[in-house]
Amino acid sequence: MDKYCHNNAVYTEGHFEIKFMESILQVNNLHKHFQQVQAVDGISFSITAGKCLGLLGPNGAGKTTTVEMLEGISQPDQGEILYKGEALGKGFRDRAGIMFQSTALQDFITVRETLTLFGQFYPRTLAIADLVEMCALAEFLDRDARKLSGGQRQRLLLAIALINDPEILFLDEPTTGLDPQARHNFWNLVQHIKQQGKTIVLTTHYMEEAYVLCDDIAIMDHGRIIAMGTPRELLAKHFDDVVLSLPSGADVSRLKQMDDVDIIQRDSTIELTTGDVNLTVKNLLQLDFDLTGMQIRQRTLEDLFLELTGKELRQ
Amino acid sequence: MSWRRFLAVLVARNREFLRDRAALAWNILFPVLIVVGFAFAFSGENLEQYKIGIVNTADNSLEFLNNPYIQFIPVENAAASMTKVERHQLDMLIDMRQQIFWINDTSPNGYMLERVLKGSGGEAYSRQTVSGRQIRYVDWLIPGVLGMNVMFSALFGVGYVIVRYRKNGVLKRLKATPLSALEFLAAQVFSRLWLIVIITAMVYLGTDFFIDFSMFGSYLNLLVVLALGAFCLISMGLLVAARIRSEELAGGLLNMVSWPMMFLSGVWFSLEGLHPWVQKLALIFPLTHITEASRAIMIDGVGLAGISSHLIVLLVMSMLFLFLGAWSFRWD
Repeated sequence: MDKYCHNNAVYTEGHFEIKFMESILQVNNLHKHFQQVQAVDGISFSITAGKCLGLLGPNGAGKTTTVEMLEGISQPDQGEILYKGEALGKGFRDRAGIMFQSTALQDFITVRETLTLFGQFYPRTLAIADLVEMCALAEFLDRDARKLSGGQRQRLLLAIALINDPEILFLDEPTTGLDPQARHNFWNLVQHIKQQGKTIVLTTHYMEEAYVLCDDIAIMDHGRIIAMGTPRELLAKHFDDVVLSLPSGADVSRLKQMDDVDIIQRDSTIELTTGDVNLTVKNLLQLDFDLTGMQIRQRTLEDLFLELTGKELRQ
Repeated sequence: MSWRRFLAVLVARNREFLRDRAALAWNILFPVLIVVGFAFAFSGENLEQYKIGIVNTADNSLEFLNNPYIQFIPVENAAASMTKVERHQLDMLIDMRQQIFWINDTSPNGYMLERVLKGSGGEAYSRQTVSGRQIRYVDWLIPGVLGMNVMFSALFGVGYVIVRYRKNGVLKRLKATPLSALEFLAAQVFSRLWLIVIITAMVYLGTDFFIDFSMFGSYLNLLVVLALGAFCLISMGLLVAARIRSEELAGGLLNMVSWPMMFLSGVWFSLEGLHPWVQKLALIFPLTHITEASRAIMIDGVGLAGISSHLIVLLVMSMLFLFLGAWSFRWD
């Protein structure tokens, strides 16, 4: 993990390359507490320019507290944050784009007027027409911001975050509460933005979102980073097995006769983890199990989280 | 301070206010309803006894002075008392040394008192008449109600709105932009200020249409008093709303400052009859100064010089509230 924190090692296209890429944001030993709660407990990492870093963790892990310190919205109790080698100053507001987890907009003004309002705050802005295209706002541009659907609202908030053409974009749980279709639409927008070379910091508790959008992932729990790297690296480092799942009707006591497998009972399936699929399947057939309905899947970040913390991501 | 950012927030806030039709209608209708309601309630007969002002009390006794149904009030300033006769606040003024009395030629009370005076030892007194419209309770009430309307609109329109913005995250989003607290607060103040001035003017015209009240002073002076008063109360609203996040607490605090002002600033009744301590206490309320200054303009036709002490107090209070409010302001 340390290697990825300090050397910006990147894993690209199937082979390891140690590149010394430009670190745009450097975080050293950050602490923050609220009353009795230590929300962030000594985290350090760096973000490579043009990459997307995902902070992944359950609710209450310290993701939002961390990202708000990076945004300059709240101050750390201890530790430092360096943007391009310098402490976050007043000019950082002009370079950062921020999408908070929950934001209300002023009532009774339209989407277009909201964009105009925020556009007036910055010395340099994108044209509203460009934002409308990037964030697919055309169909509701003259609607009162109160009357938007969840997905439309998040797209407007994304457009506001992009209005100053930021170098670095902070997205705090941008798709929480959206339906799957709206979530996929939103991911497409973020992928287009990534292609423009912007650095993105994203917090999420959706493992799939992190997998789709992020180049690097930091898994957080109890205010600490417990693992960091690219999604593939993390999985490769922690797992050398796959998951075989059987319908829940299977007889667990007979499964326990097999060596070399771990058994996880879930609501609708029984999962076996194994390093040797062929052997396990052979054993199952020998034990006369019905393999109709059996599925084999790779390990996911969800499994990793469970492995590292002993609890599920979406608790 | 960037004018561009200030204007952007000002325009957005104005749009929000003007498009919120229900709130806008209420802001205009509420004070008109109050004044019309009071005008109706107090339109019945006057139950007061006769009031006579006495200047230059002489030693010679006058049988007239023993009349138990007449209230005799010693006065110092004959000119000011004459104005009261003109406005029917005094039914008669008597100068005992010079043996002259003044009555209003349109006042039935004056006519009656003249008969009583002549019939009870005052045959030698010579009659002078003045003329002028009666000052009704409602004429006296209007300046106070205008001030009270300014107060509610300023305190709740700014204080409550800022707390709501803070609670639901509008302020946090603005904090993440280069907008400064000064730009934001100045825009809130000026947006509310011009809205109050426009709405007060509409309320003034609307009320005047219904009850045709008295205005003896300059409209410009009244504008100065109400605009400065609005500025002072808006600043007070900013101070109340500077830090809190709860709309319930904001509502409670705003009621806590507005209700004592509503009852103890002389909006509904004159403070003269109250305990001296209460009268002193009332001086800390901006609304007392607004009400007294606008009443002096509207009823007595006083110029700005005559109300300068009220203007100075309002200005000092505004600066104090504004400074403390901006200093303690927080976005989230």
